[in-house]
Amino acid sequence: MSTDTSSLQKTALEFKSTSLTVPVLLLASNDLARIEQQLQEKVAQAPEFFKNSPLLIDLQKLTSQNLAISVNEIVTVVRNQGFMPIGIRGGNEQQNAESLAMNLPVHSMHGQNTPLADKQPAKKLPTPEAEHPAPANQTLENKLITQPVRSGQRVYAKGDLIVTATVSAGAEIMAEGNIHIYGSLRGRALAGVLGNTESRIFCSDLQAELISIAGIYQLRDDLSNHATHKPVQISLDNQALIIKDI
Amino acid sequence: MARIIVVTSGKGGVGKTTTSAAIAMGLAKRGHKTAVIDFDVGLRNLDLIMGCERRVVYDLVNVINNEATLNQALIRDKRCDQLYILPASQTRDKDALTTEGVGKILEELAKDFKFIVCDSPAGIERGATLAMYFADDAFVVTNPEVSSVRDSDRMLGILASKSRRAEKGEEPIKEYLLLTRYSPDRVKLGEMLSVDDVQEILSLHLLGVIPESKSVLNASNSGTPVILDEQSDAGQAYADIVARYLGENKPHRFIDEEKKGLFSKLFGSK
Repeated sequence: MSTDTSSLQKTALEFKSTSLTVPVLLLASNDLARIEQQLQEKVAQAPEFFKNSPLLIDLQKLTSQNLAISVNEIVTVVRNQGFMPIGIRGGNEQQNAESLAMNLPVHSMHGQNTPLADKQPAKKLPTPEAEHPAPANQTLENKLITQPVRSGQRVYAKGDLIVTATVSAGAEIMAEGNIHIYGSLRGRALAGVLGNTESRIFCSDLQAELISIAGIYQLRDDLSNHATHKPVQISLDNQALIIKDI
Repeated sequence: MARIIVVTSGKGGVGKTTTSAAIAMGLAKRGHKTAVIDFDVGLRNLDLIMGCERRVVYDLVNVINNEATLNQALIRDKRCDQLYILPASQTRDKDALTTEGVGKILEELAKDFKFIVCDSPAGIERGATLAMYFADDAFVVTNPEVSSVRDSDRMLGILASKSRRAEKGEEPIKEYLLLTRYSPDRVKLGEMLSVDDVQEILSLHLLGVIPESKSVLNASNSGTPVILDEQSDAGQAYADIVARYLGENKPHRFIDEEKKGLFSKLFGSK
C-alpha cells in the first residue's frame, strides 16, 4: 500500500492490520487438466472480473484426502488464466515449503482476517468459502427477523440483516452487509463481517455489548454515554467507528 | 385435544415447581382434568409441594421403561379429583428420559386430560429441553433480577428454536411471562427490577405478577399448593393467572403498593 500517511510526521511507516475480501480457489481434485478446463469456463463467464484478480489457493480438501498436487504446477495453471496467486493455505508440509520457495506466503486456516487486530470478532466469524465470487450476489440474501433475538441465539445474513424486534444481551447478529435494528440492541452486532468497510449498523436504541464493522470493534465500555440509549448509525471511517445520531 | 403447558425458567429457585403446582391445581379446581408431570428426574420436588410424597409408587421413568403403566404411576390428588400427579424418579438421572418415551406418555395423557403441566428442571440440559419439547404454551417464570431475566431470555430462544413446533414449522409455542417473588417496596428502593424493566428486556406477554409472600413457603412446607390459600396474596395472584390463561380479563394486581392495598380491601369486602 502506498497511501501517504501525512498525519504521521516522524515515522515513515506504520504497521496496520486490515482485512480484505479475496477469492479462494478451493480445490477438490488434483487433476490439473480438469482444473484448468473448469477454471477456463469460469473465467469465460466474467473475464473482466477475474482479470488480475488476487487468488488464495486452498488445498485443505486435497490434504484431508491425501491427494498430492504440486504448488508450482497449480500456480502456473491459475496464472495462465489471469489470476495473481497470493498464497496457499491448508497444504501439507511439502506444499508449504514449495510455496515459500516460490515467495508465496502460507496462510493459516483460521479465517481470512489477519490475526493482528480484532481477535474477538474475527475468531467467531464463520468462514464461508468464496467458491463463486460473483460480483453482485449481495442484495439477494438479505434476511428479515421479526421475532426478538434472544440471549444465546446467533443470526447470520449473507446480505443485509433487518431486525424489527430487540436483540437481547448475549445474542449475536452478523451480516456481510448492513445491519438495521428497529428495537433495542443489547447484544453484539457485527456488520461487514467479510471485510466490507462500507457497511453500517443502524439501530433505534443502542445499548450493545459490542459493535463491529469489518472487524473493527468497540465494546460497551468504550461507548460514550452520549451515544447510547438513542437512535444512531454506526459507520467506519479510516479504521475508526463513527457513531452518529439519526 | 389437550394443551401442554411447560413451566420453565432456565434459572433455579425462581418458583417453577410452586407455579406448576398452583396452576395445575387452579385449572383442576375449575373443572378441567389436569395432569402435572415432574421432569426433575433425580431432584424430585413436586410430590412434596403437592403433598403426595407418601403415595409415590411408580414414577415417570418407570413408565418410560415400560415397568409400569401410566395409570399405575398417576397419583390422584386428594383435594381435587380432576388433578393427577406424575412424579419424577429420585434414584435416576435425566439421561433416563427419552424423546420417544416422553412423547408417548404425553400422547397417551392427551387422550383424556384437558391440560398437561410439565414442571421443568432448572438449566437447559436434557430434562429441561424434553419438558418443553412437546409444549403448546410456555409459562416463563422469572424473578425481578438480572440473572434470572437473562436466563429466561436464553430459555425463550430455546423455546423458539428447539421445540417440536419449531422443528415442524408449526405455529410457535405461546409464551407467557410470570414474574414471581415480586416486592413493590424493593422495586421502589431500586433493589429490584420493575415489571416494566423486565418486560422491556423480554418483550413478552405478562400473565401475572406473584408477590413475594410468606404464604408460599408455608404452603410448600405443608404440601398444599399456595393457590388453595385463598386469603394469601400469592394464592390470589395464581388464581388470577389461571383465570387470565383461560381467557378472562382480570386487571393486574400486586404490581405497586397503593394498588395492592386498594384491591385487597375490595377483595376482603367481597
